[in-house]
Amino acid sequence: MASLDRVARTLLWQELVTGFAMTLRYMFKRKVTLNYPYEKGPLGPRFRGEHALRRYPNGEERCIACKLCEAVCPAQAITIESEPRADGSRRTTRYDIDMVKCIYCGFCEEACPVDAIVEGPNYEFAAQTREELYYNKEKLLANGDRWEKEIAANLAADAPYR
Amino acid sequence: MAEVLYVAQTVVIVLLIVVPLLLGVAYLTYAERKVIGAMQLRQGPMTVGPWGLLQPLADGLKLFLKETVVPSGANRGIFILAPMVTFILALIGWAVIPFGDGLVLADINVGVLYLFAISSLGVYGIIMAGWASNSRYAFLGALRSSAQMVSYEISIGLIIISVLLTAGSLNLSAIVRAQEGLWFVIPHFPMFMLFLASMLAETNRHPFDLPEDEASLVTGYNVEYSSMAFALFFLGEYANMILMAAICSILFLGGWLAPFGFVPFTWIPGPIWFILKICAVLFIFIWARATLPRYRYDQLMRLGWKVFLPLSLLWVVVTSGVLVAFDLLPR
Repeated sequence: MASLDRVARTLLWQELVTGFAMTLRYMFKRKVTLNYPYEKGPLGPRFRGEHALRRYPNGEERCIACKLCEAVCPAQAITIESEPRADGSRRTTRYDIDMVKCIYCGFCEEACPVDAIVEGPNYEFAAQTREELYYNKEKLLANGDRWEKEIAANLAADAPYR
Repeated sequence: MAEVLYVAQTVVIVLLIVVPLLLGVAYLTYAERKVIGAMQLRQGPMTVGPWGLLQPLADGLKLFLKETVVPSGANRGIFILAPMVTFILALIGWAVIPFGDGLVLADINVGVLYLFAISSLGVYGIIMAGWASNSRYAFLGALRSSAQMVSYEISIGLIIISVLLTAGSLNLSAIVRAQEGLWFVIPHFPMFMLFLASMLAETNRHPFDLPEDEASLVTGYNVEYSSMAFALFFLGEYANMILMAAICSILFLGGWLAPFGFVPFTWIPGPIWFILKICAVLFIFIWARATLPRYRYDQLMRLGWKVFLPLSLLWVVVTSGVLVAFDLLPR
């Protein structure tokens, strides 16, 4: 009986029919693909994307050149040099991040006592050359100005869990 | 004067066949990517034009603008000739295909033999490409391809013989007319299934696409080809698929005939029915590609020689026996 069953299944192409029915059924299922450049997935407030240096609302830069981020950075991607400014406050003269070295671990923003260096929600900063990914202080501050609204909203949303 | 008119008329008819055919080839690649995408829960091409509808044109343009590379070890003449042979052979088969009652370029009495001869010659393009490339992958791909096509042509030949016995003619239009009332797919259903499978093997499609087995042969006989030469192989392969689908619908699915001989169906003209049938068969080609894994080469040969050949031979004997015993032979 078992062999008859097997022979019948072979002759009636049971496995082929099941397989073909399966692919046909899948053809009419809802597609889950995101059509990327036109559709994007949601991002959490802790998303660690492109770096930015923030400013206070009065326009003063937040960074006090404590170099905690430079010290904590596991990839040693951050380089900081500092000097006292004319008004006596300690400020950076150089703040570079090598975005090629960076591993996007987020330790720099965790180490920062004044929420100056943050990783913003932008992840579309691909470049044609390596040099374009060596960010300096100017570029990072410009990022901060550009993404301040989103960064502030994310920090506020994440504040209760810190 | 009469000759000039005749030639001009023929050229116009040829263009009327070839231009839509090439468009069909282009959109067959699009349909293939869309259908397989859908079966794998993807969207397929979506970026070029609405729903990616201009994708085939973009692909064609890309291939056209690329540099033609001829390997230094290649036999230059044959290397260039091979894709042309493949492409031309894929096109000239269409000369005898009837698109409707009387809508055929060459209504010859040996249409089936002609088609069979053309599809046998198709091996030459591939073996020339494999030989002239002077590359191991290409050569192995060409060997596999020719062995496979030769093997499956035999079973296709025997399957066609059963149909011919029932139709009583080698003329493709006459074969279609013989199916008025009852398409051959019903009395010859097992042969229809065998024909579908042999058709996949004959056009080197999944699950019998060993000649272009990516895992072991990169892409087989066309490894060394680039640019338009590659595009000609590609067009040839897909034009062959459409040709085989057309042959299948003529032999088994009643060609241009409507499925039922009464009003709502007979309103639609014959060529439309023919194209719909071709599309349905092509869908099976693509569907099989999305469903089935590739055969092993010895399994492929076993299937061809030890299963398909005896079965189709048996069916020829049974068909002729039934036709003689019940005095059903077509006059």
